[in-house]
Amino acid sequence: MDFLRPTTWADALAAKADRPGALPVQGGTDVMVEINFAARRPEALLDLNPVRELAGWDVVDGRLRVGAGVPYARVIDELGGPLPGLAQASRTVGSPQIRNRGSVGGNLGAASPAGDAHPPLLAGDAVIEVESAARGVRMIPAAGFYLGVKRSALEPDELIRAFWAAPATGPQYFSKVGTRNAMVIAVCSFAIALHPAERRVGTGLGSAAPTPRRATAAEEFLAGELDWERRGPLADSAARRFGELVREAAAPIDDVRGTAGYRAHALSVMARRTLTWAWNDHRAGATGREAP
Amino acid sequence: MAAPIKSPGHVAAPGLGGVGDSALRPDGTLKVTGEFAYASDLWIDGMLWGATLRSPHPRARITSVDIGPALAVPGVRAVLTHRDVPGRGTFGIDGADDQPVLAVDQVRHQGEPVALVAADHPETARRAAALIGIGWEVLEPVTDPRAVVADPEGLKVQGLGGIARHQPIRVGDVAAARAAAAVVVAGEYEVGIQDQAFLGPESGLAIPAEDGGVDLYVSTQWIHNDLKQIAPCLGLTAGQVHMTLAGVGGAFGGREDLSMQIHAGMLALHTGRPVKMSYNRQESFFGHVHRHPAHLRYEYGATAEGRLLFADVEIVLDGGAYTSSTLNVTGNAASLGVGPYEIPNIRVDAYGVYTNNPPCGAMRGFGAVQACFAYESMMDRLGAACGLGPVEIRRRNAVKQGSRLATGQIIEAPAPLADMLTRLEAMPMPPERDTSDLRGLPGGVAQTTHGEGVVRGVGYGVGIKNICFSEGFDDLATARVRLEVIGGEPTALVHTAAAEVGQGLVTIQAQIARTELGVRRVVIAPADDAVGDAGSSSASRQSYMSGGAVKTACEAVRAELIALAGRRAGPAGRVPGDLTVAGGRVVSRSAGVLGTIAEILGTEVIEATREFHHRPTTALDPVTGQGRSHTQLALCVHRAVVDVDVELGLVKVVELAAVQDVGKILNRLSLEGQIHGGSAQGLGLALMEEIVVSGGLVRNPSFTDYLIPTILDMPPMRLDILENPDPEAPYGLRGAGEPPTLSSTPAIVAAVRAATGRPLTRVPVRPEHLVTT
Repeated sequence: MDFLRPTTWADALAAKADRPGALPVQGGTDVMVEINFAARRPEALLDLNPVRELAGWDVVDGRLRVGAGVPYARVIDELGGPLPGLAQASRTVGSPQIRNRGSVGGNLGAASPAGDAHPPLLAGDAVIEVESAARGVRMIPAAGFYLGVKRSALEPDELIRAFWAAPATGPQYFSKVGTRNAMVIAVCSFAIALHPAERRVGTGLGSAAPTPRRATAAEEFLAGELDWERRGPLADSAARRFGELVREAAAPIDDVRGTAGYRAHALSVMARRTLTWAWNDHRAGATGREAP
Repeated sequence: MAAPIKSPGHVAAPGLGGVGDSALRPDGTLKVTGEFAYASDLWIDGMLWGATLRSPHPRARITSVDIGPALAVPGVRAVLTHRDVPGRGTFGIDGADDQPVLAVDQVRHQGEPVALVAADHPETARRAAALIGIGWEVLEPVTDPRAVVADPEGLKVQGLGGIARHQPIRVGDVAAARAAAAVVVAGEYEVGIQDQAFLGPESGLAIPAEDGGVDLYVSTQWIHNDLKQIAPCLGLTAGQVHMTLAGVGGAFGGREDLSMQIHAGMLALHTGRPVKMSYNRQESFFGHVHRHPAHLRYEYGATAEGRLLFADVEIVLDGGAYTSSTLNVTGNAASLGVGPYEIPNIRVDAYGVYTNNPPCGAMRGFGAVQACFAYESMMDRLGAACGLGPVEIRRRNAVKQGSRLATGQIIEAPAPLADMLTRLEAMPMPPERDTSDLRGLPGGVAQTTHGEGVVRGVGYGVGIKNICFSEGFDDLATARVRLEVIGGEPTALVHTAAAEVGQGLVTIQAQIARTELGVRRVVIAPADDAVGDAGSSSASRQSYMSGGAVKTACEAVRAELIALAGRRAGPAGRVPGDLTVAGGRVVSRSAGVLGTIAEILGTEVIEATREFHHRPTTALDPVTGQGRSHTQLALCVHRAVVDVDVELGLVKVVELAAVQDVGKILNRLSLEGQIHGGSAQGLGLALMEEIVVSGGLVRNPSFTDYLIPTILDMPPMRLDILENPDPEAPYGLRGAGEPPTLSSTPAIVAAVRAATGRPLTRVPVRPEHLVTT
């Protein structure tokens, strides 16, 4: 197995063009485990950790552009204000060591339905910036990025450069069920983002279908139901209906981590609760909790 | 050949603490800083790496074996099958000898070893192993242990099985008691497969010796019992196999059975080169036995006042395909099947059976854990039926010193269970929920609640565990103690074959030597077979047994030292009992200080080797289950306070409180660690730890999906440690490692029941058991 170690973005793109079968390594918290257990035998590894361009984030025209190599620990420490949902999700990833290495870019590359970053990216209308040496940059909305179980819209010669997201203008929450209280893969997860300026609601479901997905009908229902004008109280019936619509958006399976029935139920509870927190924050003029 | 790099050497015990002090462990700092040398760190130049081909099927016939493709891989030095086993083809921990070194013509569980490869690189060995062509005729696995009880002849998975052991207990007249009972309650319970989940996977190094034998460096729990099994399989005499304990990363029973020892020995003998084998995490789940899963059916009757009249019990333990420790686990489940309660009429039928499910054997608590979940659940059920709270129903039926166990054995040492319950109940309760910190709520930082749906529950659990081996087994321990002056300072060298598995045994040994000999400096020799048998580091027995052996050997050395001083002192020193060792000096009552130990010793070396035996026990009667089968009995009681998110089925254990009677505290720091750790392991069984099996196949052989408690799952503990001495035991001590593993599980489940109102008859409790979907 060849080990490719470019230090610049241009070299990385060239290497990927040259060796489309090379498996990119960002933090390595997924890839290296699979290699250690011989679950994968790629012809080459393309180590992106030394690529400086991926290691930072920036604000461009009012939008955040977060490099694919920014680890979860920095998302928590530096981006909890503008991206509270993603920061909360990042806080639930693995252990401190994993959060120091693992990154949103790596999560996107793996495209696992259980990846913790996906639901808040969906709820926050993130856009994934990918690039190839041959065709340049493509901007893929998160909702169009996930194609199947561990399959994404990334072409073999493309690499993930960054994701783009607007700073939160309303409350965002992330909630994840696991069978222990830390260091656990999602049994299922849910993210919500309120976009009051557009009177819109974003959602994201994790471990609830072959891909992370939005609950579009739930979003539309809620956008029409919420009293955006006067920030009036949330009717309990509306919160419950929202939970039911989220549940209906899911297509979960039975597996060793949980049953389909439990996942569907838990999603409805998380949807109801996170909505309640978000709307109460909005009424109080706040944008949601930062990750602890 | 030279010793390998990272093999253990002599270790100076830190500090100056004697018995009762919280002396620090020599391995503690090394472990938390990542410097400790585990068996997986062993290295010697020129060594090969071994790998094991394991069965993917729970039950299949082997129709052909083609090792050609593996042998053709460059770097491969050997590919071995059952035909290459130099000696006996089977082994077994308790004399059953039913486990093939390598599968012969069929496999009986997923992961059963079939072939071995040695290669220059571990990856080469693993890839070559995968290339070995096995022709399989897949058979329908036997996976229902209760069906085996019903039809043991029809569902044999191997020559011995069906039923490995049926141990009945018959006391009094259950039918008459049932007719007389004012209250009768019944329950059926299930315990899933728990894994030891030690952090250091099975590893070791085999080095061919000049005499044609082999030197083994492995992480094990019982050197001499390993050797007894290894030598015949390697076709060697007992004296040709030598073993040194390598750094052990936890054991909990999972290293009692052999794993890679014979395999590495075969490869080393075959290639003439040192061979290292080190399992990865996934292989480790197939490399050792687990805790027996159990089905338990209980019926209790009592007077209207809640005094127990009878217990009618059936326990079915699934041992998997080979015997391992199933015979003794079944014996424990029977003899401790109704717990520490006085019950005049008892019928117990405990069965250990063979199936094609994962192999099961020893794990902390050893048969008593499964029964404890059931009998404690029954006590709560009975209390509710009698209108009594959980503490009162237990107190009314609690054993005490002089009580009779189900086996008829009298509890001769103090057993103040009722008092322990009263103390436990009186302990302060934890503060109310603080919803401002997610880490204190069910779900933790995964933020499933800000307090909504969270209900608090409180539950109690009681457990009784036998300490040391039972049923007539003479599990002796040996210690060699050598006293000499090194660099002007008297130094005690303590040498045993007892396995330090992380429990802190070597620290205790040094404390005992300091106390008995009055020296400051103690050095611990590596555990190996150059000294006699220490018995197993299991059954909470090493403080008692190897501690007892070190104490006895030290007493012999001290007597010799005093005799030496006496000879030097002339007539005054010959008065029996006139001389003692105190404060590093030999003192005569009549003549005062005769000199420091160093002065008395001079260049003399005093060495003594002593065996220590506990009081003999007897077998259980095969029909009535009566007998004085246990050496010592230990009690622990737990109170659990939990917060349950009743909408999501997520649990946060808020606090565990425990009262345990340990007879004598040898090292409070270590002891509290044992109680914390045992309680955490019980918490794991209550809420998350299970090897999930379907059709004989393990579905979660990884730490991604086999979950063990983290620091955010294990709460702070309140401990009340009692010291009611057992006059039979060294220093009056009572083994302490296992009892807390028993009682924390039922206490936590009872608390979750209290919060949810659900019956919860199976552990581990899963979120979907707690909600209606």
